[in-house]
Amino acid sequence: MPARSHYLNNAATTWPKPECVAKAMAAFLEGRGANLARGSASRRDLGTLDMVTTCRMKIAALFGGPDADPRNVTFTANVTEALNIVLKGFLKPGMRAATSSMEHNAVMRPLRRLEGEGVSLAVMPCTREGTLEPDTLARELKKGLDLVVLSHASNVCGTVQDLDRLAPLCAAAGVFLVLDTAQTGGVLPIDATGWNLAACCFTGHKGLLGPQGTGGILWRDDFASVCRPLIEGGTGSFSHEEVQPSVLPDKFEAGTPNLPGLAGLLASLDWLGETGIDTIRKREDELGRKLLFGLRDIPGITLYGIGTMENRLPVFALNFDGVDNGRAALELADRWGIETRPGLHCAPVAHRTLGSFPQGALRISPGFFNTEEEIELCLEAVSTLSRENPHS
Amino acid sequence: MECLATFDTTHMALLFEKACRGAGLSARIIPVPRELSASCGLACSYPCESEEAVIRICHEKRVETSGFHHI
Repeated sequence: MPARSHYLNNAATTWPKPECVAKAMAAFLEGRGANLARGSASRRDLGTLDMVTTCRMKIAALFGGPDADPRNVTFTANVTEALNIVLKGFLKPGMRAATSSMEHNAVMRPLRRLEGEGVSLAVMPCTREGTLEPDTLARELKKGLDLVVLSHASNVCGTVQDLDRLAPLCAAAGVFLVLDTAQTGGVLPIDATGWNLAACCFTGHKGLLGPQGTGGILWRDDFASVCRPLIEGGTGSFSHEEVQPSVLPDKFEAGTPNLPGLAGLLASLDWLGETGIDTIRKREDELGRKLLFGLRDIPGITLYGIGTMENRLPVFALNFDGVDNGRAALELADRWGIETRPGLHCAPVAHRTLGSFPQGALRISPGFFNTEEEIELCLEAVSTLSRENPHS
Repeated sequence: MECLATFDTTHMALLFEKACRGAGLSARIIPVPRELSASCGLACSYPCESEEAVIRICHEKRVETSGFHHI
């Protein structure tokens, strides 16, 4: 086994995290630890309230800019839960929804469930590179829709959708637009206010560099008011009432939240603020460019998605001619310590669009903390595997 | 007499306390008295003699209250 490992699976979850994340989580558990809005208003209680409130403010500013109301940020366990709350809370039998053919199952599975219950679903075809053309969306909007839900960027091949062109079409048609920012939060600028998003769903453990078990939704008021909560229960507020409060954020936050997780998320948001997402984007782009340009020159492999660094994240999907991608991932790990992810990446419809279904692909996704040397090692390893393959 | 502001959300209770203290006024978050129970569960005390200033600060800082109470 190689002495060192090289983590190139940041599209699954980013690693390592900034050091402050684990420290903040430990400090919360060891030194503070009070529940949220379920105490005596002691200093300890108010410390937790201050932490969660500050976290809401930073998320609102990051995704919605200075005008976004932090009360419209509700926390969830992950972006999958966020998408389930939004989709199942709004869509009812007889309604019509549209999504793209590049979605993760976090979008597609709730939609297929709802389709089975009487919601009409249109899956809009994307190009072979994974791009949703505005004309395709415009055609679907003309047929009449209640909601559009899109992934901002593909978790399979990194293709970024052009929200500056897509979002105004939904706004002009008066149709709610829900965005899954799982791959782009903390990496690309996101303008939930300018794009008039009904709900901006995010995860804490990828580009935001926070811990697993954190995520949430930035709501637009009118959309939040027509969505039904997925779960109901104690909120620490309006305790004289036996029905769920209608005010945000309590409406969608029943039960004790993941407070150690939010302590970690707040620390990572502080770190992101100090580092700057432009700096992160630039660094990831440099590493991605080096990897992509190197991969393009290796014979015997097929690359999926956009062939340049325009409109894409550093998430690369490939297959070796004649070598199973699971086998290739194992070889990379065993011989070079390179950690990647093979298979379908919970996104069968995206692989169908890219032409890599049912075999899937090997996904390589560098992150901010990778080095040029690790990219060079990865290129050498891919090249060696390809050379060794008798079918190439 | 004690003067208390109540809120729909704990978020606003915290902002109220910060806004008052930022303006040099004493303020303290407390569990909401049972007679004012219809709220987020927290109230915030403020100096009764400064009520006009408190209301102005709330307006300026966009802090929303569900009521001002004299108890």
